[in-house]
Amino acid sequence: MKNQGWSKRDFLRLSGVAGAALVLGLFDTAQADEATIVKAPAPGSENIELNTWISVAETGKVTLVCHRSEMGQGIYQAIPQIIAEELEVDLAEVDVRFAQGDSRKYGSQVTGGSSTIRGSYKKLLRLSAAAREMLVEAAARRWSVPAGECQAKAGSVVHEKTAKKARYGELIADASKLPVPASPTLKKRGDYKLIGQPLVRKDSALKTNGTAVFGLDKRLPGMLFAVVERNPRLRGKVKTFDDGKALQVPGVKKVFKIRMAVFNTYREGVAVVADSTWAAMEGRKALTVEWDDTGFEHLDTETIYGRMRDLLAKDEGLTAHNQGDPNPALAAATDKLDVVYETPYQAHSCMEPLNCVSHYQGDKVEIWGPIQAPEWVQDCLTKEFGIPREKIIINLTFLGGGFGRKAFMDYPHEATVISKEMGVPIQVVWTREDDTTQGPYRPGVTYRCEGAVANGGISALKVRLAGQNNGHWMGGPKNRANGSTMEGFLRPYLKKIAHARFSDVPFETPIPTMWWRSVYASTNGFAYESFLDELAHKAGKDPLEFRKAHLEDERCLRLLEQIAEMSGWKTRKPNEGYGVAVTSCFGSTVAQVVKVSQRPESGVKIDRVWAAIDCGWYVNPDTIRAQLEGSIVMALGAATAHEITFRDGMTVPKNFDVYRMPRITDIP
Amino acid sequence: MSTFTLSINRQPHTIEAPPTMPLLWAIRDLIGLKGTKYGCGMAQCGACTVHLNGTPGRSCSIPVSAAQGMEITTIEGVSEGNSHPVQMAWIQEQVPQCGYCQSGQIMAAVALLAGNPHPTDGDIDTAMNGHICRCGTYPRIRQAIKSAALMGPAKPKGK
Repeated sequence: MKNQGWSKRDFLRLSGVAGAALVLGLFDTAQADEATIVKAPAPGSENIELNTWISVAETGKVTLVCHRSEMGQGIYQAIPQIIAEELEVDLAEVDVRFAQGDSRKYGSQVTGGSSTIRGSYKKLLRLSAAAREMLVEAAARRWSVPAGECQAKAGSVVHEKTAKKARYGELIADASKLPVPASPTLKKRGDYKLIGQPLVRKDSALKTNGTAVFGLDKRLPGMLFAVVERNPRLRGKVKTFDDGKALQVPGVKKVFKIRMAVFNTYREGVAVVADSTWAAMEGRKALTVEWDDTGFEHLDTETIYGRMRDLLAKDEGLTAHNQGDPNPALAAATDKLDVVYETPYQAHSCMEPLNCVSHYQGDKVEIWGPIQAPEWVQDCLTKEFGIPREKIIINLTFLGGGFGRKAFMDYPHEATVISKEMGVPIQVVWTREDDTTQGPYRPGVTYRCEGAVANGGISALKVRLAGQNNGHWMGGPKNRANGSTMEGFLRPYLKKIAHARFSDVPFETPIPTMWWRSVYASTNGFAYESFLDELAHKAGKDPLEFRKAHLEDERCLRLLEQIAEMSGWKTRKPNEGYGVAVTSCFGSTVAQVVKVSQRPESGVKIDRVWAAIDCGWYVNPDTIRAQLEGSIVMALGAATAHEITFRDGMTVPKNFDVYRMPRITDIP
Repeated sequence: MSTFTLSINRQPHTIEAPPTMPLLWAIRDLIGLKGTKYGCGMAQCGACTVHLNGTPGRSCSIPVSAAQGMEITTIEGVSEGNSHPVQMAWIQEQVPQCGYCQSGQIMAAVALLAGNPHPTDGDIDTAMNGHICRCGTYPRIRQAIKSAALMGPAKPKGK
């Protein structure tokens, strides 16, 4: 880590004058001997730029950094909860700040793949324990007592024998001069006071009084608002546009064509810039645009799914996994099934529509927004504008939902293109209709599942999927099977199946697709576990016992036993609608039992859902519970309520009146 | 453009706006209170809910000209320091996840309890059914409204 212009001596002197904070900079214990101050705050400044996760002011105020995006999943609480545990500070007393985008300091900040806690917790525990040991050592030296006799407690170091006590703020200057312990002593899980507790999230209070700042809430002096008319057919260029009426709308400042980057592709749109969001929207309504989308097919949903079915009827596809030889095994089998499952395209429908504030300033760009992947935005803007990465400053706001959509770079790029043209900060706002009709979507997928049962178990399994590959859309190789073909399928099943193959039948359309919460596990899990169920029935076995018989894995078995007990699986009555499934995604395995009943007036009703999760090492059990509750509701919506359909190349549903989200009355 | 004087959280605000501008954008862009959220622009999701003379309404679909003369309450005007029972219950039950829809949810719950201090499950469903939460916090919203009901009426807000 580099010292960026302030020597420690300068800083200490300055800090004495200004009473400002001192940063204990630790990227990692391996690099931590370089721990130093990145930037001293201007006297009286409230915006102290922190270099890593922990800073301690001389007043004793501790500030912890959240280096990933908070989009509902609770890391704004979990990261400080981890740090505070080993640092020994009172969580109620610390401030939490979002990091700026800087992957050199924080490692990857791409918030996706359920990676934040499982990817960061060891590092966070180590650096927090190292900081605590340095503070203890500083106190021990000051008091000339053995460090082993001192204790860190609630933001202070105490030496009980001599009744001495010093606040971290009093020790931080000395502590920062000490060598950083290479292998600090970590607490045992049994000694944790914070980790494992269902503590109240620190963002709760901000989210109940309207003070949490989401991307859409960011304001800058001189900022103007922009909306963009994009091709309803998702791709292509602007042929011509007429802005005569748009420019007459009060508040509209300028209308112009823009070109937006989306991974390896570009598309064009017409930007309307105004002094309020409403004026920009009204100006856009008065626009007429003629589009050129030659080269892109205008598809209907029926055509798309028909093509997938046709492919699966004849094409073996690219093999993702093979064991044994399933084709002859299936041909020779007598008890077998050949089933097709379809899952629809889905929009992310974050409650906060896409938006971003950008201020292009010639030699640098500063961004504020709901962003899941700051370093990808930096990469994109560096490539598009030729501005060095370190001059692309990404400030994170709270995200009103993300679900993968906000890991895209298109909307920050749009905002920057428009800011460059206007010379002022711009907030680009997507309407709900933009958000629903422009994608990228969770790809619709068709599965063909073939399987045979013998002696009460699966003797052969052959699964093919045809659906758009998110990797292709990003520019990845097209001659390999989709790396996510088996996502959502529990690997331990394979131990008991002699012949098994999973293949991806390549399929493309002009429709942009992208990760959607859990990505392929949500669609694959549905198809694979549905098929497991059908095979169980074919074999004449109880679906839960059938799964247990195929899962030689202690954790999976424990989960299934747990869900059986919770749901009263064994004592369920004949003709009661109980279903079970177990799937795995990004390091967590979840088993669920759903009870449904037949209602003459409304078809099937979901009466109750039981869920058990094995997520490994965890921080806040209430957050895990909340995530399970919420993902069940979201999945019930995806399974029963909404579907993105296409007609003549355009998305049919545009807003929540027809793209129906689950509501409070829809939940069990 | 016309001049309007809006009473928001008992404060008068004079703005220049086209009469058709929805109250939502006047509140957010012209007056600068950003707790009220844009979600759909067609009264389908409830994120923009404010109180108009105590009754919940969708500010995205009410022109600013129609809101003049009414007492408008936004999330910022519910209490000082999260002290309304609904806000306390929201924190106690750990309702918010992403939090974006919660201003609107809270405004609906505050209005519900003001008129019906002990709502049944059916009353809660009816009052909250116009509100979408993409994070799926509905079970906790239900529980929080019941918890808030047990806390008793909101203390009258100081001036």
